[in-house]
Amino acid sequence: MNQRITIDPITRLEGHGRIEIFLDDAGEVVSAYFQVPELRGFESFCVGRQAEEMPNITNRICGVCPEAHHIAAAKALDELFGAPCLPAAARIRELIYSAFFVTDHTTHFYCLGGPDFIVGPDAPKEERNILGVIRKVGLDAGKAVIACRARNHELIKKLGGRGVHLCGALPGGWSMAVTPEIAREAREIARQNIEFAQFSLETFHRIVLGNEAYRDLVLGDLYAHQTYSMGTVDAHNAPNFYDGTIRVVDPAGNEFVRYRPQEYLDHVAEHVEPWSYVKFPYLKNIGWKGFVDGPESGVYQATPLARLNVADRMATPRAQAEFERFFDAFGCRGNGPGGRNRPVHHRLATHWARLIELLSAAERMQELADHPELCDPEVRQAVSCRAGVGIGSVEAPRGTLTHHFTCDERGILTSVNLLVGTTNNNAPIGMSIAKAAKGLIHKGVVSDGILNRVEMAFRLYDPCCSCATHAIGTAPLEVTVRRSGDGTILDRISRGL
Amino acid sequence: MPTLKPKLAMYWAASCGGCEIALANINEALLEVDAYFDFMFCPCLLDTKRADIEALPDGAIFLTLFNGALRTEENLEMAELLRRKSQLFVAFGACAASGGIPALANQHGIGHVLETVFRSSASVDNAAGPIPGGSSPVPGGELELPAFLQRVLAVHEAVTVDYTMPGCPPEPEQIVAVIRHVASGNPLPENGTLLGCTARAVCDQCGREKRGSLAARLARPFEAVPEAGWCLAEQGFPCIGTATHGGCGALCPAVAMPCTGCYGALDRNADPGAAALSALAAVVDPGESGGKAEADIHARLRSALAGVADPLGTFYRYNLAATVVADRSPEVEP
Repeated sequence: MNQRITIDPITRLEGHGRIEIFLDDAGEVVSAYFQVPELRGFESFCVGRQAEEMPNITNRICGVCPEAHHIAAAKALDELFGAPCLPAAARIRELIYSAFFVTDHTTHFYCLGGPDFIVGPDAPKEERNILGVIRKVGLDAGKAVIACRARNHELIKKLGGRGVHLCGALPGGWSMAVTPEIAREAREIARQNIEFAQFSLETFHRIVLGNEAYRDLVLGDLYAHQTYSMGTVDAHNAPNFYDGTIRVVDPAGNEFVRYRPQEYLDHVAEHVEPWSYVKFPYLKNIGWKGFVDGPESGVYQATPLARLNVADRMATPRAQAEFERFFDAFGCRGNGPGGRNRPVHHRLATHWARLIELLSAAERMQELADHPELCDPEVRQAVSCRAGVGIGSVEAPRGTLTHHFTCDERGILTSVNLLVGTTNNNAPIGMSIAKAAKGLIHKGVVSDGILNRVEMAFRLYDPCCSCATHAIGTAPLEVTVRRSGDGTILDRISRGL
Repeated sequence: MPTLKPKLAMYWAASCGGCEIALANINEALLEVDAYFDFMFCPCLLDTKRADIEALPDGAIFLTLFNGALRTEENLEMAELLRRKSQLFVAFGACAASGGIPALANQHGIGHVLETVFRSSASVDNAAGPIPGGSSPVPGGELELPAFLQRVLAVHEAVTVDYTMPGCPPEPEQIVAVIRHVASGNPLPENGTLLGCTARAVCDQCGREKRGSLAARLARPFEAVPEAGWCLAEQGFPCIGTATHGGCGALCPAVAMPCTGCYGALDRNADPGAAALSALAAVVDPGESGGKAEADIHARLRSALAGVADPLGTFYRYNLAATVVADRSPEVEP
């Protein structure tokens, strides 16, 4: 007589997720599924729209990362209309993008993913939130988190027109130039961001890696998965969030493929399962082999951890030092193929990787803010539309994001395809949940601590929706263990306020 | 520790999370929210479950900010549940108020959405495979997915809404103002009032100068670089600020981008798209018609209006759920 555990809802990007776990007669886990029960269908209703509106329509895919969609769409438009982006406009786009990465990674670490470590995976549930974080690291740190979000959002609003759904993108350019006053602010904000990133990394080292129990969790096998890694790199194989080539390395660290975003269809395809409204991307030249690890399976991850795995180095000095420290900690530095680092497969290390990216984005922001021609007024140009294809991609905080548009001679869209950051990780999230559930649930016994560790398996992928407030808890959970057949409730655990 | 503070809830249906981020962007004013309210339900931010809401007595929640349109049966159930449990129920943001961007799907209907996403999009590998939905057998048991509604609904089409707060998303300072008003204990406006916006057009807050001239033709935003400081509509850019509620601070025109109408139509009794179309048509110079052949006049007007190549996406971008033109497509079941 099978039992079933339902975890519904969990908090994730754009609303609603659900976990279903099936147990056998002995109470051992047979299978576990991560389901997404919603769909809005942008690929369908964007057809017929004016192409130039895509930055302003697709940013409504996600209110947490509208910058990623706005900029990816802008890059697709540059190509669609044959209008290479003016250099000053490209700098503005990347400056906004760096500020966005800082704020996005900040909120995840302090409010969503971090509490499990800073406060502790087994702390009472009412402590595992931003309040608990503040108690642990001090009120000043809490204020610093709010201040970091506020200053970066304010800058994004000044440069992009709006606080959430920015509106500055145009084919080949940007709507407004940077004033000297905003340039001064940007330089100061970048400086503060670097300090804040360094403070965050120190906190991580002290509280997480300095604690044996947490360190064992990060270095242990429960959350490890040997998959391919994907990320965008520059000409020197350093991660670049705004532009570059997409690089994929295999589980051992060999470069599997390197391609331009425009060639994505030769390398990635999306599998459909009847039980989820979100598709499952995989490496086309290996094939979909199901939810399994290893070099024979086309499953890949595209996360902060994946981006470090595909990189040979970081583009900025402080992030480079931390990058070396990271691979040293896992014994992976320089002992991969051709002297590269071996990939780190411990998925909880994604939290650390995210902080290294936070520092990297802050340093990149400083480079852009210091650019002598930041206030160059040549940001906007008159262009004309034409029939054609445009593909643009960026690294969203949650993975490689691709926008692919086709339009007619009037610039009206005839087809739209979107390969979205979180979607890349749909299969890995399910695999991590299943592995954690199988490793943690035995003889049908579940507890709050066990549930939190199952939650941690999806949270490390940054299921988004974090917020620098005082009242963030763990994702809401209700677990009902039923006897399948007659549906008798055998056990129920809920985690309320 | 039970609290006597009035309960505040925020929920998202078919949404993007931008409304929650707008709330988060009130920054330190969040401490005021916490001081006045027991902020107790918000799946984006808080640890409360549907079952907890179901267990509350009816009317136990003082104020619910409901964002997102209604796309699935689950969205509809949550709207009904929260309406029942709430004294004040606010349609928060453009999606809840009038369908928002997700309601653009009503042009073709849900069949087209599923076919495009799961069968014909460029990277999908599912030529003969299943379209997700319903009940699926898997090792160990069955998995279910909620069904879609035939068309996307604005929230007021399904439940009684006390107030509407427009914007995509509502601006943080407007959110703060509304929350402070509610918390002050001052009398609330009559039911049906729009909150967090002004009764005047976006132009009222726009710093660009109106010179009273007419545009020779409408132009798409990429076709020309606008002159600084001058009304975008008068320059021919399809800015529908004249027909749209103010309250945002005219943010888009401030960075030389046309208003797209996210704060909703000024005239609540008119068809919003028709109102936006009229407002825009009024800034275009129709040209001399005396002594010209009808065909020439038509050709002139066609070229003058060619700057709006997608009228639906321009004039009905945020409100296709509850409008006259909604459901005109033969593909959409009534």
